[in-house]
Parts: sequence; structure tokens; C-alpha cells
Amino acid sequence: MTEPLAHRALLYLDDVRVSFDGFKALKGLSLTIEPGEMRAIIGPNGAGKTTMMDVVTGKTRPDSGEVLFDGGGVDLTRLDEAAIAGLGIGRKFQKPTVFESHTVEDNLYLALKADRGPFASLFHRLGADEAARIDEILATVKLADRRDDLAANLSHGQKQWLEIGMLLAQEPKLLLVDEPVAGMTDAETMETAALLRRIHDSGKSVVVVEHDMAFVRELGVKVTVLHEGGVLSEGSIDHVASDPRVIEVYLGR
Amino acid sequence: MIGHFLFRGLDRGVVVALTVILAIGVLVPAANLLLPPGHPLHVPTYLVTLFGKYATYATLALALDLVWGYCGILSLGHGAFFALGGYAMGMYLMRQIGSRGVYGNPLLPDFMVFLNWKELPWYWLGFDRFGFAALMVVLVPGLLAFVFGWFAFRSRVTGVYLSIITQALTYALLLAFFRNDMGFGGNNGLTDFKDIVGFPVQAAGTRAALFFLSCLLVAASLLLAAGIVKSKFGKVLIAIRDAESRTRFIGYRVATYKTVVFTVSGVLAGLAGALYVPQVGIINPSEFAPANSIEAVIWVAVGGRGTLTGAIVGAVAVNWGKTWFTGALPEFWLFALGGLFVVVTLFLPKGIVGTIAEIRAKRTAAAAAAPKPAPAE
Ligand SMILES: Nc1ncnc2c1ncn2[C@@H]1O[C@H](COP(=O)(O)OP(=O)(O)OP(=O)(O)O)[C@@H](O)[C@H]1O
Ligand SMILES: [Mg+2]
Repeated sequence: MTEPLAHRALLYLDDVRVSFDGFKALKGLSLTIEPGEMRAIIGPNGAGKTTMMDVVTGKTRPDSGEVLFDGGGVDLTRLDEAAIAGLGIGRKFQKPTVFESHTVEDNLYLALKADRGPFASLFHRLGADEAARIDEILATVKLADRRDDLAANLSHGQKQWLEIGMLLAQEPKLLLVDEPVAGMTDAETMETAALLRRIHDSGKSVVVVEHDMAFVRELGVKVTVLHEGGVLSEGSIDHVASDPRVIEVYLGR
Repeated sequence: MIGHFLFRGLDRGVVVALTVILAIGVLVPAANLLLPPGHPLHVPTYLVTLFGKYATYATLALALDLVWGYCGILSLGHGAFFALGGYAMGMYLMRQIGSRGVYGNPLLPDFMVFLNWKELPWYWLGFDRFGFAALMVVLVPGLLAFVFGWFAFRSRVTGVYLSIITQALTYALLLAFFRNDMGFGGNNGLTDFKDIVGFPVQAAGTRAALFFLSCLLVAASLLLAAGIVKSKFGKVLIAIRDAESRTRFIGYRVATYKTVVFTVSGVLAGLAGALYVPQVGIINPSEFAPANSIEAVIWVAVGGRGTLTGAIVGAVAVNWGKTWFTGALPEFWLFALGGLFVVVTLFLPKGIVGTIAEIRAKRTAAAAAAPKPAPAE
């Protein structure tokens, strides 16, 4: 039986192991995200941060370990990507991926929470409530004036924001955000931190992977440090920043 | 619901194309049947049949463009669906021959008598009725496309691997249909047709009607494809083409979407094949030749991948060129086709229609950015 921790948690990873052709990317990773929590995850290159997200979203099957969602009720290792997305887990990729030959508006339209079946979408009509929701998200991610532009023509930072907008459109319970400020200016970075905090304040759980320490500090939430496929340290940013092991493997370089 | 769905696809380009196709569909048969042979605008029957063949190719190209242009599935085996639709129609036409065959057997087609077969194989039963044959024209290619798609897309076969297995599919069918014991006339295929729903296939009136139906099929396929492409479903297809895994992570079942569109496409190709056979008067295994499917890809590339009207333009233009070439310089056709593909890929990657659309868009943008600002729309 799983202990009560899993019952309280929104996302519960226990002793997750993943290896690629013998290379161990995750070596017994355990992690718990509470409902409504925002968590920052840091760690050097190759620590396994993206692999952790791949495991949660169904892209990679773990060799062993438990990955449970929603109070332990759902075993994510048995579901495919689409089913996991349907449960309310949204993901922003490390490399921004938007639908380049669609307009900004259509990118959001496709992401809006709705029946994902082929026949539903064949006969779907954009409703007034959906249009209002798109307007709202466009305002939130500051892309209202780019609405009819192709996503391909956005700047790198704007693509990152559009992808966050697509996440919002899905109305997920849990957002997994992989390096949202890579390639952004300092001002954009701070705005993104504020945006993620607002999303968190609206009641969603958020897991943010990021290298940028100023950004993590700005988020002001519990931090988990990954190293070589496992948790090295966990706590407030000041706590982990003063942990000698963290300094050695990560901050001190 | 259906009305709104079809109506949504009607942008200006599609309306113009539908008008042109339907006008040709009516005017060419009229010029053939109503004008006397000496009249300058008279269209001889052989041309009606030739254009009818182009029209069926245009539908095949549309079907291919729907999967390749919009969903990124480069099928190099679409000729298989076309040929299967053709064989289903051919079987109906064979059974209409009845006792008028060389051997005069009322039930068995000539090639079966020749092979000393005593009874009609079970899979030939029912093909004496047009309704049944028409159903098979839709079902057989549709089912093959569905089953193929189900396995290939569920296993996430994509890109060049998918293209290769589509080639293998059509090649396997080519070999199978070559065999006499398959019961489809082997090497010679099905031919010597006499009549279709009671009308002689060779008669000018029948030819004109088949031509009209072929144009109607192009128009209906265009309307359907445009409706699909403009719908949210169509936007998902483009999303899959651009970023397949992203589409999956926002909750769409990519394999299901691909299977649905591939099946629709297979059915359209089968219908085209069914109208092709009575017009050319024969169906044989060479229709399964991998080269045929590759040629269809070139039509789409020339006309403009991802532009529905482009698929039609490309199919007609390339086949017109082929007709001319095979008359004037037959030995050079394959070189010309290969050269055309290279030239289009290098210099006209968006094809004829795609390039025209691009020039238009640039002009509109330039006009909008002109020093004297135009009033906003
Ligand atoms: N599909 C794969 N096949 C083989 N090795 C992989 C695969 N995916 C990840 N790895 C390896 O697993 C390790 C962890 O990768 P991961 O992408 O999770 O790191 P990360 O913490 O996200 O790093 P970064 O900060 O660079 O994004 C790396 O050494 C990587 O090379
Ligand atoms: Mg990473």
C-alpha cells in the first residue's frame, strides 16, 4: 500500500528509475507536489529534469517506480500522452514548440479545453465563451496585438509566452514548465515570473524547471535540486543555496 | 451541422474552382453532344474521355494532398486505393458482359473460363448488382486505408519509414493481382467491358455522362476537403504536420486523427479509380505500380502541396504534358517528369498555386505598407 503522502499529493513520484541504453538518467527520483503548490526545480545540465517531465507526461516509461496523480488515484505510467493531458497535466517544452503555420489565435483555439475527439472537432464551432476565453488569454500573455500573425513570426520570448498561453487554455490542474525564460531579456524574465505567480495564485499547481537563479529567487517558492537523476537538496532558495553539496555540484561552478 | 461544415470551406478560391469545374463538366459534354463534328467548338469524344481521365487523376491528387499537404503523411502508395476502387468497378463491368463474352459463359468472365474454372469465386458474388459494386468501391479502399492506418499510425511510424511501407503496400498488391489464381484476370486484368447500368460504355452519351460525373466527383471532393481543412479537425491536422508530439501533449490522439483522414483520403482515391476504369476501358495490375503513386505525388508538388486547388491544377497540367510528350517524344517523358520534379522542388517549392498565392499576399502586404496608408479594412 502507498503511504498517506500519496493520498494528499497532486503528483507523487516514488523511486522512479529511467535508463537509456544503460545510461541511468533517473536513479530513484522521489518527489511530491501538493495540490495548489508551486515548485521550482533546478539542477545542472543532464540532471534529469526534462526526463522527469517526460515520465510524468507519458513520453517516457520508467523502468520502475511509482508515478501517481490526483491523490494517488491515477497511475500515470499506464496512460498515453493524450490521456495524461486529458487528466489535466499541461506541459511547456524546453525548446518552445508552437504550431508555426497557425495564427496565434488558432494556437490557443486548438489548446482550449474541449472534446478532443475527431468528430467533435470536425463539427466544432468557435463559441462566444471560447472567443472570450481566447481574448482573456491573449491579454494575459500580452499577445493581443499579434492575434492574427503566424506563430512562426513571433520572437523567441513571445513563443515562450504563447506556449504558456496554450497551457492556460488547456485549464490544467498541474502545469509543468520547462525553462520558460531561456533566451529572454531580464525584463521579460521578471514578467514571466510574475505571470507564473499569477497562474499559481489562481489555484493551479505549477512545477517550473529553470537554470536562472534570479528567476527562481523571484518566484519565491520551495526549490528542489536534482543531480544525477536524484534529489540532492530541497527547501527554500536560501536553504539550498547554502547547502554545501549544492554549492559543490551546481552553484559553485 | 453538415451544411455549416461544408459551407465553411467556401473561400473565394474554392468557389472559383468549383464554378470552373462544374462549368467544364457541363460545357465539354454539351460541346461534344450538341455541336456537329464540323463546328469549331466541337469536342471530339476521345478528348471527352481524355479529360475525364484527367478529372479522376485530379480527385486522386486531392485525396493525396489532404494527407500529405495537410497532415504530413507522404503516401507513396495512393495508387493502390485508386486501383482497388477501379477493380471493384471493373468486376461489376465484367459481370455486365454476361454471355456476350468470347466463350459465351453467362456467369463466368472469359479469363475464368480460360483458366478452366467451374464456378464463380465467392468474392465475385454480388458484383452483378451496381449498388453492391458501388458499396465495394467505397468499402474496399476505405477498409484497407483504415486497417493500414490503424496499425501504422498506432505504432507511430512516420516520415520516410511510412512512405516506404506505403510503397511496399502497393507493390505487394501489384504482385498479388498479377497472379492468375487470385481471380482478377492476372496480367491482363479486366477489360472488354460492354455496358454500365444498361448503357454501352463506348457510346458518346455514356462517355459524356462519365465525364460529367468525374467533374462532379472532383467538385464534391474539393468541397469536402475544403470543409475538413477549414474545420478545427483540419487545424489539428496542420498542427500534427508541424509539431506532432506537441499536438499529443495538448491531448489530441494523433493516431486517430491520422487514421480518419487517411481513410477519407483512401475512399476518395477509390471513387476516382472507379470512374477511371469505365473511361479507359481496362484495369490491370500495372495500376498498382509504385511509379504511379510517385507520379501522383509529383502532380501535387507541381500544383502546390497544401493548396487544394493546386492538387487539381497539378494533376491536369502534368497529365496534359504527359499526353503531349508521349505523343511527340515518348522516350523522354520520364526524364521530363523527373526534371520537372527537381525544378519544382528547387525553384517552386510551393508549386504553381502556392507561388501565385504567395505573390498575391506579398502584393497585398506591400499595398498595405505603402507610404500613403490605405484605410483599414
Ligand atoms: N531519449 C534519450 N536517449 C538517451 N539519453 C537521453 C535521452 N533523454 C535524455 N537522455 C540523457 O539523460 C540525461 C538527463 O537528460 P535531461 O534532458 O533530463 O536533463 P536536464 O536536467 O533536462 O538537462 P538540461 O538542463 O540540459 O535540460 C542526459 O544525460 C541526457 O543526455
Ligand atoms: Mg532539460
